[in-house]
Amino acid sequence: MSMAEVCNANEQLVYAKNSLVTDNVMHYCPGCSHGTIHKVIAEVVSDMGLENRCIGVSPVGCSVLAYNYIDIDWAEAAHGRACAVATGIKRVCPDKMVFTYQGDGDLAAIGTGETIHACNRGENITVIYVNNAIYGMTGGQMSPTTLPGMVTATSPLGRDVKLHGYPYKIGDMVAMLDGVCYVTRQAVNSPANVRKAKKAVRTAFENSMAGKGLSLVEFVATCSSGWKLTPVAANRWMEENLFPAYPLGDIKNV
Amino acid sequence: MAAIKGRIVVDTERCKGCAVCVAACPFEVLALTRGVNGKGYHFSFMDQPERCTGCASCALVCPDSCITVFRQLKKQDAI
Repeated sequence: MSMAEVCNANEQLVYAKNSLVTDNVMHYCPGCSHGTIHKVIAEVVSDMGLENRCIGVSPVGCSVLAYNYIDIDWAEAAHGRACAVATGIKRVCPDKMVFTYQGDGDLAAIGTGETIHACNRGENITVIYVNNAIYGMTGGQMSPTTLPGMVTATSPLGRDVKLHGYPYKIGDMVAMLDGVCYVTRQAVNSPANVRKAKKAVRTAFENSMAGKGLSLVEFVATCSSGWKLTPVAANRWMEENLFPAYPLGDIKNV
Repeated sequence: MAAIKGRIVVDTERCKGCAVCVAACPFEVLALTRGVNGKGYHFSFMDQPERCTGCASCALVCPDSCITVFRQLKKQDAI
């Protein structure tokens, strides 16, 4: 036990690192939303007692090494194919809690087909979708969810909708499909939003275990390195620019 | 009314100095050190420890899970 965990006699422990979050130092940039989202997932898995029955499917992107940070079983999918891999795992092991963890480059670009078809088939999996409107790992290029006018490495004059089209609203789109039981959009920029996100992930996991269909939890997230901002300024930028385009809250809950 | 007192412990080698906790603290307890840890980050510390209530806002938003929060028990609850 480290010194950090030692509690004095007149004190109670209010919050400590969840035991499912490993001691590996995350490779994410300082302030990256991925770390907070990993923590939320670990806490929900722990609260539900699914440590030995939970299988995650990690994507390609910044979160490709997610399996190093949450101490559950993981499978690594080819780029964009996490929903297809999760479908296979869930169909073979229906008593397991299966979720995918994907970014916007993985889910909304190369993996759109797999995602939509998994949603339409109503697979009993949870999709955690982290949307930061940029390709983080490869150096801040424009992604399908980049906002109009947003400057990225491959749109130095801002995204031009005439040339590049409009931002892809995956959450609103899959909510129309009958196989999807729960779609919500969350963020982890403030303590209140972290609490709400935890409830949303728990609802999604419970739906998957109850066999109600596919649940998609979209996280509007920051990429301070890609956006060329400090972590605190990135949170502010997200609140001012991304939240109006991707409003938080439940989109579908049946 | 006696104020609620809290205390946090930061895993200084794990902290990357993103300052998200500094912004999230409702009582302006936290700040970043002038010095750096082994990786060269200005880590978070309790600049005004007497103001901490142990609300855990900092720990909730910490992306690297490096904050542990304690809260003082009320006198009648103390062991």
